[in-house]
Amino acid sequence: MVERTPILNFFTHLILFAGFVFCVAPFVIVAIAASHNLKDVNDVPMSLLPGSDFWINIKTAWTTADLGPKLLNSFIMAAGVAAGKVIISALTAFSIVYFRYPGRTLIFWLIFVTLMLPLEVRIVPTYAVVANVLSPYQAIMDVTGLSWLIEKISGVQVSLSLGLLNSYTGLIMPLIATATGTFLYRQFFLTVPDELAEAARMDGAGALRFFIDILLPLSRNNMAALGTIMFLWAWNQYLWPLLITTDQSHATAVTELKQLIPNVGGAPEWHIAMAGTLIVMLPPLIVVVLMQRWFVRGLIATEK
Amino acid sequence: MEKRVTFGRWTIGILFAVPQLILIFTFFYWPAGQAVYWSLTLQQPWGGGNIWVGLDNFRSILANADYWNSITASLTFAAISTGLAMVIALVLATLTDRQLAGSRLYRVVLIWPYGIAAPALALAFRFILAPEAGFMAAVNKFWPGFWDPGLDGADAMASVIIAFSWKYVGYNFIFFLAALQAIPRSLIEAAAMDGSGVVRRFWDIQFPLITPTIFFLLVINITESFQDSFGIVDIMTSGGPANATNLMVYKIYSDGFRGLDYSGAAAQSIILMLLIILLTIVQFRFIERRVHYR
Repeated sequence: MVERTPILNFFTHLILFAGFVFCVAPFVIVAIAASHNLKDVNDVPMSLLPGSDFWINIKTAWTTADLGPKLLNSFIMAAGVAAGKVIISALTAFSIVYFRYPGRTLIFWLIFVTLMLPLEVRIVPTYAVVANVLSPYQAIMDVTGLSWLIEKISGVQVSLSLGLLNSYTGLIMPLIATATGTFLYRQFFLTVPDELAEAARMDGAGALRFFIDILLPLSRNNMAALGTIMFLWAWNQYLWPLLITTDQSHATAVTELKQLIPNVGGAPEWHIAMAGTLIVMLPPLIVVVLMQRWFVRGLIATEK
Repeated sequence: MEKRVTFGRWTIGILFAVPQLILIFTFFYWPAGQAVYWSLTLQQPWGGGNIWVGLDNFRSILANADYWNSITASLTFAAISTGLAMVIALVLATLTDRQLAGSRLYRVVLIWPYGIAAPALALAFRFILAPEAGFMAAVNKFWPGFWDPGLDGADAMASVIIAFSWKYVGYNFIFFLAALQAIPRSLIEAAAMDGSGVVRRFWDIQFPLITPTIFFLLVINITESFQDSFGIVDIMTSGGPANATNLMVYKIYSDGFRGLDYSGAAAQSIILMLLIILLTIVQFRFIERRVHYR
């Protein structure tokens, strides 16, 4: 900096150090609690020296909450959502930016509105749709008289039904159905020079060719950023998987945390709970640590 | 902004948008419409038909003291946790932006909370703030009955606010830091040369230039405080004690899925949707007027 401000620098360090403690303390406390035994973890105040039972507790938490398959489910769901968003958003943004057709503005607004209403607020009817994902189409056929017509002609009663509860598709699809990524791509595509598309067209390349060979490679950074953000976001989802995975085989690691809340009465098994918490916290934390240098740089680049 | 060059044939253009359109129709517009329809009917659980009741659902919700309590709790939660998370993050980001020894280490660590799932940190904080074990128990020993989130509504509210703001300090920090670093160094150095101090420079240069980020984060924080709070409440307090932390999203869930009152839950969803849309519109107006884009 340009001037010498020793007193200010001192207070800066003091406050930053407090912020550092504020951010790290919960992780440290969780890790230490996970290393104690039942008696030590319930000591008042709890000892801040690590105990010796860390691996035993991790193992117990792992088996009690059956975390292996749950982590795999979380991974499948998060990767599915990330991949789905990255692909579908790119396709839509391409359509909006590089084509001129009637209703384009309408499509833009239809997608834009989805940003305003998160899954949480339309959770009850979304659940009903996932219980039978074809119900909207059945309803349309009923109202338009189409199912009546089909029944008259062929004698077959139309009843479409496809339940997605307890399935990966059901976990993933509703989370993809918002526009978060579309706008990121749209902003980026708008900055791509027109000359590129012109040149591509003169060389006789069609829309698809231009999209795959030129536009997508240029948006590599955007794809990685969106993919990371969506992976974290999906991994950390709670309400949706809690609702639609009634069957343990599709439950995710985050929803399993609820099983680890110690019972009231008796000595609470906080050491096991904290070991489980640590395991569930770790994967997204690793992603953040690996991506952060690049992440902040990406944000600055878009600002400038 | 429009592209000069476009690819002709509109049929192909629409095809690219079709997957997204099918998805948002099935999982967004249909359920949202369904919510409006249900809120105006009395829906029997598990498909026993429904009766048109007009605005009766809204009337009965708005006449219910529990619902008003839930709105007050949500607004309290949103105001305090957003305020805390924004101010703390802004202070930390501004200080890290000054290039001192060690800033980089702080930067690395302050981003961590962003990645943690709300329910995981909720369980961590449930332990850290437990009245019978650990540190708050030590305080209670010294000062009996000081802290009991299981019985005292204010303590329970404080617990969920702490957990939520902790996560969003990390989130806001990233955006504030990015915005601050985008300000050209030369601008700040020129001001310093003219003899303006650190505080003066913050208010006259940095703060005005990051107003877009501040408003953006304000709205994100407030909307998230209405949604992302679900996991925290479910793990930490289950809406208790005595509904003290029964925030709006949690109430929709417990009335809809535990009470099987679909119509009531749908009507509550509509009110929450309107609230969030209203907030978004306010933000857009505000930003358009107050913030100059470069």
